[in-house]
Amino acid sequence: MAKNKQIREPEGFATWTPSDGHLLDVRNLNVEFNTRDGKAKAINGASFHLDRGETLAILGESGSGKSVTAQTIMGILDSPPASVTGGEILFRGVDLLKLPEEQRRVVRGRKIAMIFQDALSALNPVFTVGWQIAEMFRVHRGCSKAEAKDMAIKLMERVNIPGAAARYGNFPHQFSGGMRQRIMIAMSIALDPEILIADEPTTALDVTVQAQIMELLKELQAETGTGLILITHDLGVVADVADRINVMYAGRIVEQAEAKELYASPAHPYSEGLLNSIPRLDQSTGQLVAIGGLPPNLTKIPEGCAFNPRCRYAQDVCRTGEVPPLVDLGGNRSSACHFVSELVAGTLQPNGLQVVTGIQPAVAEENGDQA
Amino acid sequence: MSEVVLEARDLKKYYPVKKGVLQRTIGHVKAVDKVSFELHAGETLGIVGESGCGKSTLGRLLVQLERPTEGKVLLEGRELKTDQELREMRRDVQIVFQDPYTSLNPRMTVGDIIAEPLLIHKKDLGLKGTERARVQELLEQVGLNPEHINRYPHQFSGGQRQRIGIARGIALNPKVLVCDEPVSALDVSVQAQVVNLLERLQRELGLAYVFIAHDLAVVRHISHRVAVMYLGQIAEQGEADQIYSHPMHPYTQALMSAAPVPDPVIQAQRERIVLSGDVPSPANPPTGCRFHTRCWKAKTGTCDVNVPVLEHKGKADHMVACHFAEELTSVTA
Repeated sequence: MAKNKQIREPEGFATWTPSDGHLLDVRNLNVEFNTRDGKAKAINGASFHLDRGETLAILGESGSGKSVTAQTIMGILDSPPASVTGGEILFRGVDLLKLPEEQRRVVRGRKIAMIFQDALSALNPVFTVGWQIAEMFRVHRGCSKAEAKDMAIKLMERVNIPGAAARYGNFPHQFSGGMRQRIMIAMSIALDPEILIADEPTTALDVTVQAQIMELLKELQAETGTGLILITHDLGVVADVADRINVMYAGRIVEQAEAKELYASPAHPYSEGLLNSIPRLDQSTGQLVAIGGLPPNLTKIPEGCAFNPRCRYAQDVCRTGEVPPLVDLGGNRSSACHFVSELVAGTLQPNGLQVVTGIQPAVAEENGDQA
Repeated sequence: MSEVVLEARDLKKYYPVKKGVLQRTIGHVKAVDKVSFELHAGETLGIVGESGCGKSTLGRLLVQLERPTEGKVLLEGRELKTDQELREMRRDVQIVFQDPYTSLNPRMTVGDIIAEPLLIHKKDLGLKGTERARVQELLEQVGLNPEHINRYPHQFSGGQRQRIGIARGIALNPKVLVCDEPVSALDVSVQAQVVNLLERLQRELGLAYVFIAHDLAVVRHISHRVAVMYLGQIAEQGEADQIYSHPMHPYTQALMSAAPVPDPVIQAQRERIVLSGDVPSPANPPTGCRFHTRCWKAKTGTCDVNVPVLEHKGKADHMVACHFAEELTSVTA
């Protein structure tokens, strides 16, 4: 533990100022998984950035690479089978991928922390929650046991766990789902990280509890000015909290926009499809417009635009041409579609082809992404 | 209104809580506590509530996978007593489970899975070796390729597996299909495909659905009528549009306001009611109104003492169990 303290922060962290660029800048990231069926390309050149105090949502279905992105930033990918095959992750101007493992440990938890989806499996069942929260202070800050306990109880109070001191000695199974998620949040904010990555933080929770947790995250962010990356498949949750949204499909960012604009006029057929396919609480709609087909198998990503087999606007250029790059549309917005200008203008006509819902081999599920 | 196909009358399901070496019963988990409703032919009744409110237990009671502690399930007005009656009833009331990964036997082909209900009821139906054709017809009906009859469940994606579950559910031409969270394990784009499929099947086959889900938006979309459950009881019940636009029970109001709307502009204008705390344990439910511990309208002396009755309030068919039910229209507007 003492050894940990001797490792200094990577050079450049201290001298970095916001004027030097984005707090987190992910550039052209590529991650592959070795599977029995060949290489599964989980992330194919994803680029995005995050500033202080900002909430960025990464929106995508299972297998889109959103959880893998989070794990890559945290440096907790299992490799093998995974390997980062390209790109850089600049945090405070330093490429995390080039840091030795010892120095990454300094970043992990202290600078960038993560909230996992399933708190019951993320917490250790044989230790009390208090002990687990206090561990953060003992290991990273070198606090004494008593100090660490005091700080842990304060932290439990801060995330609104009633009777924090009394519940310090409880085990994870003695808490409800929402309370466990609060404990996860307490652990993640323990060391005042600059970036918080929340991977589907409310997916396993009921709506009323989901609202409580999102409220808590918002409060904490306002207090500390942390940059928040919210990874989710739920368009409703995102609408509520995100400043900007990145829509991911088959390991690429296909659209990047401010939340309001994305919902008002999506600039990619996939985003449009997602918005049309969900029923709404505030409207009684007619038939839902489903996106046909299935997310692609990551070992066999379709040629051209990965979305083309499911896209109702797809033309020949989408099927055989180059992968459409993420083009800047101005106004902090970009889209990776050949026909983006027509789509935004509303002049794009569906190609009239029926999307086949027939069988494809089951979607690769090796990458630990959960629906 | 069309005839009543399925009726629950004062249904109760208590699970004993046992303790100690002698396994003495020390109490009961009241999973479903006096639930009554009617389901009409061809309609969809949505049942919503948080986890642990008893909605899945209710679904299992309806298809008689669990026997009720008290109360009855009536099929077209008939009570089911003998095994023979139950067997007949099971042809008419089928279920689709939540998890398409565990509800299909991995060692059976899709053909065998879908044919199983047909084989079980072969005698009663007077079938003679035509199951294969029927299975292929069913596969086609749910939007799968009939040629894939010999494949195994793992060769299908989640959405396709759910289609297989639905094909099995409608194999016997039931009158009622109980869908227990049929789309919550699916991706959003695939969820819409399955919801559309269910709606099409209802139109084509005249099925009545009991649609159990925690996703309020999906329930609104598919349901004609909605029942909101809290701790084993129905808190509010009525026409879907009525419930969603004019919720009267404080719990329904909180539930509606907590569910996010996928539109940042509308979301910013909505009034939010964030409930504190968690659902109390059904083994030891609060006295009086079960919601009073989390209710912001609760009055001591009334809500914590007297149990509110589910009664007609407001428009026809709108039933609420609250002492202070009043309209709060701004929540979802």
